[in-house]
Amino acid sequence: MAEKGSRARAMAGGTDILVQLRGGRFKIDRLVDIKGVPEMNQLSCSTAEGLTLGAAVPCYRIYEDQTIQKMYPGLVDAAFIIGGIQIQGRASVGGNLCNASPSGDTIPALIALGAICVIEGPKGRRTLPVEDFCVAPGKNAMEDGELLVALQFPPPAPRSGAHYLRFIPRNEMDIAVAGSGVSVVLDEDRQHIKSARISLAAVGPTPIFAREAGDLLAGKEANEESFEAAAEAAKAAARPITDMRGTIKQRVHLSGVLTKRALRKAVARAKEA
Amino acid sequence: MSEKIHVRTQINGSDVDFLCENRQSLLEVLRDVLDMTGTKEGCNDGNCGACTVIVDGTLIDSCLMLGVEAQGKSITTIEGVASPDGLHPIQQAFLENAALQCGICTPGFIVAAKALLEREPDADEGRIRHWLAGNLCRCTGYDKIVRAVLDAGQTMRGN
Repeated sequence: MAEKGSRARAMAGGTDILVQLRGGRFKIDRLVDIKGVPEMNQLSCSTAEGLTLGAAVPCYRIYEDQTIQKMYPGLVDAAFIIGGIQIQGRASVGGNLCNASPSGDTIPALIALGAICVIEGPKGRRTLPVEDFCVAPGKNAMEDGELLVALQFPPPAPRSGAHYLRFIPRNEMDIAVAGSGVSVVLDEDRQHIKSARISLAAVGPTPIFAREAGDLLAGKEANEESFEAAAEAAKAAARPITDMRGTIKQRVHLSGVLTKRALRKAVARAKEA
Repeated sequence: MSEKIHVRTQINGSDVDFLCENRQSLLEVLRDVLDMTGTKEGCNDGNCGACTVIVDGTLIDSCLMLGVEAQGKSITTIEGVASPDGLHPIQQAFLENAALQCGICTPGFIVAAKALLEREPDADEGRIRHWLAGNLCRCTGYDKIVRAVLDAGQTMRGN
């Protein structure tokens, strides 16, 4: 890949890149199937180490894994709604991230969960928080010759919960008009929020990390009033465009509604955790 | 680019060798190289599910897999669904429920339904509709298809 530079691309499930190549979106000389690399197919999950998710692991392996269902339901939410069953049989979370679409469903979930990209390249290995990975529509922070190897998730904090949800006009098989991924950690009393992270899909040129919206929840009681305040901050962080999927007004509104709903569910999960 | 690659795979239980170009999809290989035209091309970009096949137990769109990736895999296509004794219960149920009109989407639906019912023979209507969301039909309105899969599930459970 280093030899071909920008004329080489990695392929995991191929559900985006084969369509893009056929559509002539870009031209390459080399397509490298990375599914044979053991590290990229790795899926290891433990309460001590957290989750290491190889970049080529398809969605179905994530949502069918009972340990991940228990520890990272917010990630399962996203992996379970990408495309249909056929797409989930091939499409990887790593590929969804590298594709860097503003509407990529897994990306807000990754950001909310504090996932870190492990990137390998000619100059060695480096790490990058997911919120810094997408730099423009379809563009990520990797240089030519670099490759996303895995995503690393910290072990879930005690009394934590996460949720991702999106708005689509159909029931399945659609691209988000807007999406919101949140994670919360509750205080020992399980009534107050210790910390929160909120991230939005499809309301900006990249997935948005709404840091202020999450930060303002710290120390607040986990109730509707707090959720409303965070939803308003999420709306302020949204910078959508009007296109065939939705208008600016609708998407800003959705950012608030989805954030509020995601917070309700994440807090409910945290109370049970 | 036009140099052909030798691939050895298993399709519907038989060993198969073929030559394909590195950019050909599994769908193109099935239809154009192996003359297995039961698998249909609809959208060719992963939306419609007409080209659905099972690869090593996983349901996929064959338009989104390269032919060269079939090396060492085990593939089930619509041609492998019926047995020498007769139609598969899902195929029979599609006939009895008139669950097809133009028929282009049918092989994909049947292969997808087979993958579901083999792992969850008691799948309910909600589960069936969710599972088949990656298969589009522009004729039937889906209701007869869902009823056919429910009926087939009942048959396969031995009721």
